[in-house]
Order: sequence, then structure tokens, then C-alpha cells
Amino acid sequence: MTDIADTAGVAPPIVRPRQLSPEAAQARIRRRYRAERRFKAIGLLAVLTALGLLALLLSTIVAQGYSAFMQTNIQLDIFFDPATIDPDGARDRQELARADYTELIQDALAKAFPTVEERRERRALRGLISSGAPFQLRDMVLDDPGIISTTQPVWLLADDDVDQFWKGFIGRDVPEDARRIKDQQIQWIDALASAGRIDLKFNKWLFTNGDSREPELAGIWGAVVGSFYMLLVTLALSVPLGVGAAIFLEEFAPKNARWVDLIEVNINNLAAVPSIVFGLLGLAVFLNLVGLPRSAPLVGGLTLTLMTLPIMVVATRAALRGVPPSIREAALGIGASRIQTVAHHVLPLALPGIMTGTIIGMAHALGETAPLLMIGMVAFIVDIPDGPLSPSTALPVQIFLWADSPERAFTERTAAAIMILLGFLIVMNAAAVFLRQRFQIRW
Amino acid sequence: MTTTLLIVLLAGAGFYLGWRRALAKSGSKISTLHSRPGHYAWYVALLCAGPALALWFSWALFGDLLLRWVVASRLPPGVAEQSPAMLSFFFDDVRRLAAGLPLNRQPNEAMRAAADLWRQLEGISTVAFMAGALSLAGAGIAIGLGRIERDFRARNHVERWISTALLLTAAISIMITAGIVFSVLFESMRFFERVPVTNFLFGLEWSPQTAIRADQVGASGSFGAVPLFTGTLLITVIAMAVAGPIGLLSAIYLAEYAPPKFRASAKPIMEILAGVPTVVYGFFAALTVAPFVRDLGRSVGLGVASESALAAGVVMGIMIIPFVSSLSDDALRSVPQALREASLGLGATTAETIRKVIVPAALPGIIAGFLLAVSRAIGETMIVVMAAGLAANLTANPLEAVTTVTVQIVTLLTGDQEFDSAKTLSAFALGLVLFASTLMLNIVALHILRTYREKYD
Repeated sequence: MTDIADTAGVAPPIVRPRQLSPEAAQARIRRRYRAERRFKAIGLLAVLTALGLLALLLSTIVAQGYSAFMQTNIQLDIFFDPATIDPDGARDRQELARADYTELIQDALAKAFPTVEERRERRALRGLISSGAPFQLRDMVLDDPGIISTTQPVWLLADDDVDQFWKGFIGRDVPEDARRIKDQQIQWIDALASAGRIDLKFNKWLFTNGDSREPELAGIWGAVVGSFYMLLVTLALSVPLGVGAAIFLEEFAPKNARWVDLIEVNINNLAAVPSIVFGLLGLAVFLNLVGLPRSAPLVGGLTLTLMTLPIMVVATRAALRGVPPSIREAALGIGASRIQTVAHHVLPLALPGIMTGTIIGMAHALGETAPLLMIGMVAFIVDIPDGPLSPSTALPVQIFLWADSPERAFTERTAAAIMILLGFLIVMNAAAVFLRQRFQIRW
Repeated sequence: MTTTLLIVLLAGAGFYLGWRRALAKSGSKISTLHSRPGHYAWYVALLCAGPALALWFSWALFGDLLLRWVVASRLPPGVAEQSPAMLSFFFDDVRRLAAGLPLNRQPNEAMRAAADLWRQLEGISTVAFMAGALSLAGAGIAIGLGRIERDFRARNHVERWISTALLLTAAISIMITAGIVFSVLFESMRFFERVPVTNFLFGLEWSPQTAIRADQVGASGSFGAVPLFTGTLLITVIAMAVAGPIGLLSAIYLAEYAPPKFRASAKPIMEILAGVPTVVYGFFAALTVAPFVRDLGRSVGLGVASESALAAGVVMGIMIIPFVSSLSDDALRSVPQALREASLGLGATTAETIRKVIVPAALPGIIAGFLLAVSRAIGETMIVVMAAGLAANLTANPLEAVTTVTVQIVTLLTGDQEFDSAKTLSAFALGLVLFASTLMLNIVALHILRTYREKYD
């Protein structure tokens, strides 16, 4: 008897649930359910926070940027005075291109505001019109020399300060010395407004011009072309290299060989290397060692290739892995070689996946900025690049440069450029999704 | 360009001729051939284009170096002894002069002579290499056609070449890594010859000036990178404090609670956050969040720097939310359904199941995801370049401006630079630290995943 009692003492004590009164049990259940609901609510809150932050990000960008798509213009009656622009009457295009169109604008302004006499005031008056306006007149004359010695009402670009004032970003109630536009200029603007001679027009300059120090003349076309050349180089290099490497690793590499493992680990690690390090590599190798020119889209494209290559390899491998082994076995079974199997059967079937991966890799490359700063693509470049070797910037770099500029008018342009960049990215990603939906084969 | 085109055309001709010859040899019965006619055609085309293009491209790539080497060996003694940087300027001008482009400075006698020599050599060697490449292409066609016989194993040759080419493309990734390691390491070594490693890694003051004159104030410049490391760490901690909870909790909600329809639409939208270029976040941080944080601080009586670590960190946190959430989501969803059902069957609520069963089971994956997110935050550049400060402050106060490793790399390497100063070289040392630390985090993350992941089935 005692033995049994002893063993019972040594045996692990049986854990019994605490005895709860029915009320207490009910209360505990309620507490647990409350905790459950709380936890679920917190989770939902986290998701909504993330989505809300995305909405906030996009809406601030749109709110800051939409106004840049319209630009303030001022209408003046320009007399295309032959004495100023074509004194010898030869209508020689080179002479016409070289002539001084600023005077025409000054004359027109003097006619519109005859009371302005003083030098300083006249300069302030001229300040209403953009310094790019003479080029507008020049292009008009070059397009149609027939307008010489006629008077035409012409919409001219307003200066960026006038533009910001007209759009309401510079308040009238701000003290005069704290704003970039003076009281008298405001009076003139009001006079123009009452005559219907100042208005917002679609800002085509934003899409056709290169960079400029004057916000109202600055456009993204140069950067878009630079980005285009860069992506072309990246595409031409990263697709064959990435697809080749993926085919090798997925289809031909001996399994369980140490060096194949090394390559695999290496590619995975490369995908996690910060992009700026690729910029350092580009600087050290392409610029300093090989001696390629700075600021060239070619170098940018090479550097971005290094960066997108791991992405391409991973995406292509996933696509190849999606092709079932039965396809390979069938091809091999009727006597195809391994290369024929891959080239004639596996690769065509994996093509939608590879293209999706390529587009996503390109979208990634398009949005990348940091490595480009390293290889000198941050230069101020007005001209539209005409090849992969001419100096240029890229779209995200242009955004970075404009974001750094102090003028208020550049802020709205930065946001507008971001909207355009995001537009490109959305189109690319939508194309990738479309390809996947449309062509992907479900086995 | 024209040469490349010519070679490609020749290869096309070789392809056609090879095809015809294989058919001719087969005597109208293709099955008597060892390989398919296409293999013979490819054999001739590749034999034609491969060596010729290799020669031509290596000339296009390294021709300048070769010319420079030859011209440099014939420079008059006074010119040849300049510093490497001056010599590189000299050669830039020589090249421009030889190409007939306008110069920024008046060319001197040595430059003219060098440019003449350059032009002459370039003309001769371009023609020579072009002729060489084209005759290689022709010889390739001739040899290839000559070898075509019924039992010639064209397929085996072509396939061996293709697999070699595939192997080479895979090896490029190794070359890139080696390139990163060597270029960064090499420049860092040159930096550490001037500034001792210990000063760099443990020094508390960062002001990377190098003196133009020896007697300048602060001539030495100091390269103690600790303030940069702490700054990076501070911003990373803030970012993870934002992204960690939001990312993990939203992953839990999406994986365990959300109805399939909600999940199917919310997940891609969150992925959009990951696709937004970082320069956009930088703009958002610098023009929206930083002023907001500053004004908020002012309204409660706190002095907040306009480039506070808080603003940059919070925005960086927003950027890595999708990163954390999608990696955690993967980890949570790989926990087998049986565990959930067992826990629920014992009477646990869903929240209790998640907290006590699913999250612990998914923990290695979640931790690995967090580490990858940290490595992302450390290496992130544009947000901090646009929204964090430039001055190196040794502080843990998130309201002050700090600078980071990436910001310093960008500032040191943009704009005017001479390549030999300690200032520019220090950027490579920082790059080395960055590369090493992100690599380490990545390796640790993979190790955790491999070692601690429970294998269920």
C-alpha cells in the first residue's frame, strides 16, 4: 500500500483545469473573444495603414504636380518688325535664326503698357515674360516667314514667378519683400487678366524640352530619351546574359556540383547588393579602367545591366521551372538532343514568363537612380541626347535634380515628372500582368 | 558598326552556303546526313562570325588602351613624367584633337605631335583590324564549308559551342561579384594606405576634406566613420520600427484573416509600394514629411532639424513595408494547415493560434525577412540623400539631422573630383563596409532559413 502511495507521490502531478464557476468561465470566454476581435482589428488597421500611406504618397504627388501640366501664357500683339529681324529683307533663314527677337517683345510690352517709362520698371515689365519667349517668336518666323511685317496676337510663355502667382501659389497677402513678384507686377497681371490676355495653356514644353535653368522652359524630353537609350543598352545585354545564365543553371548545370552551388549562391547574393555598390563598380571599371565617357547612357546601361542581371536570372529560372518535366522527357524520348529540347520546346513554353520577368526587370532599371549618380549622370544637360554616347540624364535623375532646385515652380515640375515616371512604370507593369494573364499556360 | 554588319552579313551567307552544301552532300536523302541541315548551316555561320566578331569587339573595346600605350611610349620625356591625372587630361585632349573636336585649352607642341601620331596609328590599325576581322570571317566560311561531309558531326560541335556560351553567361555573375570585390577592395586599400583602418572604423569624427595646401586649417581631414555608422543605424532602426509592426501585422491579417477577395486585391496594391522608385520616396520625404515633422515638433515646442532622421526613417519604413509583409506572408503561409487545425480544435481562438502556434512556427522565415529588410534599409540611398543631412552628427536623437554611409558615398563621388585624393577613395572604403555588411546580413538570413526552418511533411 505504501509503495503505491509512494509511486503516486513521485508521478507527475495531473494538471487539472482550474475550477471555474459558470459565470467566471463565461467572462473568460468573453475576454478571449474580445482579445480575438482586438487582434483582428489591429491586423486590419495595419493593412489599412499601409494602403493609406500609399494613397497619401500618390495623392500628395498628384496634388503637387497636376498644376505643372498647365502653364501660364500671356498674349501680346507682336509686330514682326522687318527692321529688327530682317534688316536687309533677304529672308535668309540663318539671319532670321540669329536675329534679336527680344526687342519685338519689348516693343509689344511698351505698346501694351504705354505709361511705363522708367528703366527699372521696364525691366520689371519684361520680367513678366519668360526668357524663352524670343525663341517662340523665332520658331514662328522660321516656320512661316510670311508673318514678317504683320502684327499677330501671340501667346507667350510667362515667367515662372508670374506662373506661380497666377496659379495661386504666391499669395497677394504675403508682404511684398517676401515674395518674388512685386506689387506693380501684380497690377500689370491684373490689367492683363481683365483684358483676357493671361491664361493657362497646356504645357507642351514639359514634354518636348530638355532641362533648363528657367523652370517654365524645363522639360523632361531629354531625360526620357536618355532613359530610353539606357534601357535599350540594358535590354540588349541583360536579356541574353540573364536568360543564358538561367538556362544553364536550370537545364544544363550538373546537380550537386560545388561550383554550380557557388554560382547560385552568388546570384542570390548579388540580388541583395545595394544598388549604389553597382554604381561604385561602374565608376571604377567602366569609367576609370576602360575609360568610357562620363554621363553617357551607354555606361548607365552597362551599370544597370549588372544590377538587373540577377533579377532576370531569378525570373527566367522560375519560368523554366514552370515547364513540366514531361515536356522535356517527351522531347528527349523521341531523340532530340538537350539543346534541341530546350530551344524547341522548353524555351518557347517559358517565353511568357521570361518576358514578364524582363519587363519587371526593365521597370526596376527605369526607376533606379543611385548608381547613375556615381557615373556622372547628374550633370545639367540642356540638349536632347542623340545617341548612347552623348551626355544625358535619366528620368529619375532629372527628378532628383529638380527636387533639389529652390524655385517653387520646380517643385510642381518634379511632381509632374514623377507622375510621368509612375505612368511609364504602371504601363510596364500592366503589360507584364497582361502577358502573364494572356499567355501563361496552366499545366 | 559597318564592320559588324558586314561580318553578320557574311555569317548569313555562310549559313545559306552551309545549308546548300549539306543538302548537296546528302544527295537528296537528308536522312543520310549525321546532323540536320540547319546544324551544318549554323556550324559555318558560327565559325565565320565568332572569331571575327571577337577580334573586332576586342579592338573596339581595348583599341583606345592599346593606342594610348603606344603613343605614351613615344612621348617626349618632359610630357611623359606628369602625374597620372594630368596625363589622363592630356590624353583626353589628344583624343579630341585627333578627332578634330574643339579644345578647351590651347594645344601645345607635344600635344599636336601626339595627336598626329594618334590619328595616324588609329587610321592604320582600324583598317588593319577591319581587314583582319573580315578575312577571319572569310576563312571561317571556307574552313566550315570544307568540313561538311555526310558523317561530319556538325550538331555536336554546334551544341558544344552553345553550352560553352551558356556556361560563360552564368559565369558572368561570378565576374560581377569579383569585379565588385576587387574594384572596391583595391581602392579601399589605397585609402587605407593613407588613413589607418582603425582610424576609419573607430574614429569619432568625419570631415572628409583634404587640404589643397599643407598649411591650411584642418588640413589633415578626419575619416572616422563611426558617426556615419550610427546615423545609418538610427535611420534603419526608425525605419524598422515603422515597417516591422505594420508589415508583420498586415501579413498576419492578409494570411490568416482576410477573405480571399480582399487579399487578392490588397496584396497587389501593397506591392505597388515596392515598385515606386526610391527617388519618389525621397521627394515625398524631403518636401512633405520633413516639413510636417518639423512643424509638428515646433507646435509641441521641440526643436526639430529640417532634415531630421525621423522624417527620412519614417519614409524609408514606408518603403520597406511591402518587403517585410511579403516575406512574412510567405513564411506564415508555409506553416502547414494541420498546425492551425490542431490548435483551433483544442479550442484556441484564431488570435491565440496565431500568437502561440503559427508565428513561432514561422519565426525563422519572419526573422530572415526582417534581416533582409534591414539590409535593404542600410543600402537605400535616394531617400537619405534627399531627406537626411550631410553633417556627421554622433547622436541618437531622432529629431536631429544625421548622415549615412550611402549619403556620404554620393556626396563624395558627385561633382568635381580628383581620383587620387583620400576624399574620393574614402567613398570606396565606405562602399566596402556597405557591401560587407549587407552581404553578411544576407548570408545570416539564408543561414537562419536553412537551419531553423521546421520541415513539416
